Amino acid sequence: MRELLEGSQAVAKTVARCRPGVVCAYPISPQTHIVEALSVLTRTGALKNCEYLNVESEFAAMSVSIGSSATGARTYTATASQGLLYMSEAVFNAAGLQLPIVMTVANRALGAPINIWNDHSDSLALRDSGWLQLYAGDNQEAADLHVIAFKIAEELALPVMVCMDGFVLTHASDVVELPTQEEVDAFLPPITPRNPLDVEHPLSIGMMAGPESFTEVKYLQHTAMVDALAVVERVGAEFEAAFDRPSGRPVRTFHGAGEDGDTVVIAMGSVLGTLQTVTERMRADGAPIKLVGLTSFRPFPTEALQAAVGSAKHVVVIDRAIELGGRGLVHPEIRIALADGGLTPDVSSVVAGLGGRSISEASLEAVLGEALAGPLAEVRFLDLNEQVVGGR
Amino acid sequence: MTASELLAQAAFSAGHNVQVIPSFGSERTGAPVVSFCRLSDEAIRTRELVQVPDAVIVQDPTLLTALDPFAALAPGGWAVVNTRRTATEVREMCPDAPAEPGRLVTVPADDIVREHLGQPKPSAALLGAFAAVTGQITLDAVLAAVRDRFKGRVAEGNCKAAEAAHQWVLDHAETAPAGAASAAKEA
Repeated sequence: MRELLEGSQAVAKTVARCRPGVVCAYPISPQTHIVEALSVLTRTGALKNCEYLNVESEFAAMSVSIGSSATGARTYTATASQGLLYMSEAVFNAAGLQLPIVMTVANRALGAPINIWNDHSDSLALRDSGWLQLYAGDNQEAADLHVIAFKIAEELALPVMVCMDGFVLTHASDVVELPTQEEVDAFLPPITPRNPLDVEHPLSIGMMAGPESFTEVKYLQHTAMVDALAVVERVGAEFEAAFDRPSGRPVRTFHGAGEDGDTVVIAMGSVLGTLQTVTERMRADGAPIKLVGLTSFRPFPTEALQAAVGSAKHVVVIDRAIELGGRGLVHPEIRIALADGGLTPDVSSVVAGLGGRSISEASLEAVLGEALAGPLAEVRFLDLNEQVVGGR
Repeated sequence: MTASELLAQAAFSAGHNVQVIPSFGSERTGAPVVSFCRLSDEAIRTRELVQVPDAVIVQDPTLLTALDPFAALAPGGWAVVNTRRTATEVREMCPDAPAEPGRLVTVPADDIVREHLGQPKPSAALLGAFAAVTGQITLDAVLAAVRDRFKGRVAEGNCKAAEAAHQWVLDHAETAPAGAASAAKEA
């Protein structure tokens, strides 16, 4: 059924249909509407057999999630920005303990200066936490990716973040078609916990690992992430077969698939919607430009990206977070992936939409027009007000 | 926010694609707030904030003295303003307000909702007026969206206010409003 829903409501309803056993969260903008809605669904009995825990901080939210997931309960939480940083110690532990928690990150900038609006600096700061990270391009994908995330997480025994742009998606109302309860039940089997804590069968988890074994534990975590890509690809394909939607593809080519585009634009998140409008218009005017969306940032889909870029001469990465003193955070990953495949386009980083600055079609069209004419500078800031930065 | 969500729901029920993007983060009573709504028969993919609106609905008349809400309005666009002032008076205050007769409509929505709802919440009334002015949505679709969102006394009060504001525009517009034809058909 197609319905008009706020992004947060779409996610909350879909998470509820995944039948979580425990939802534990601490509210923070712009995640709040999601957990408020789940609280209502549990308290009214619409979501049955689920314990909703309101705790005193994000650190507690992730710690409780670790405990509940360790007992074998399907566990969900959500956060953003400073909240994600506040729980970060426990976030790394959840991955190291192989707990299949699913967490929505309603992407929001990190302070200082304090800013509640959208960019990708929060989830990308936890790039190396050992969690999978899936990025939603729109609210349909945001909803679908939660069903996909639980299936991937529980098969791999690894936690998954579903990242959706704060406000731009969480607070926007769009027409979506949510997976029904029957469809979710058919796609997502009940959880089969790997090594649950059980008083009848005692075991210890989270033991100290000394120098004699720590490298081996980390090596196994590394290989688990390497192997995760095949599972992400397979579950995405299963979702597409069941729902006829490409939400779970690790890499998406929006148009120009199979073409040797002169210029390829790569981005994550909701800017892909605006980019589609822009690149469709430019292509109609004859511009040899291709648009590629990255959904799975961890694991990183190197080969699919190489295939999508092909023989392009220019690659433009629209980056929603920066490495200060360096460039956008996704840019180096793309450059390394392409170099590994022997591809040598110039790769530039356009840092855009920091702290919620609206990314306009006109600005994107101008910068992509420049990219078609020749290589851009390796890093540039879209719509930077030169007067404010005083000629720097 | 409420008005843009009701407008989107009304247009969605009529078979259009819709998108609502609120002005993020600064929602609090008394602060200026902007919310955007796109209606289209094509798929809506863009996420940029609306830069050149085809229609502007002004909920708070005190904004007219602080800024010109019509500055970015598309040529030939519509404006619906919640005020007791006349269109001529609004044009004197805001040079960018539509000059074309019938394109700028003022409606005393606060007075109308006070009578029918008892609360200064003019969203549904202004959408009733918007339906009459633009013909882009029907009054029936607005009423259905209101009943979908609210229940009981609040729903009925809002519906009465929407109907009254719709009629007010039909009775007072400078020229026959675009929504007059559909209003006649519904009647």
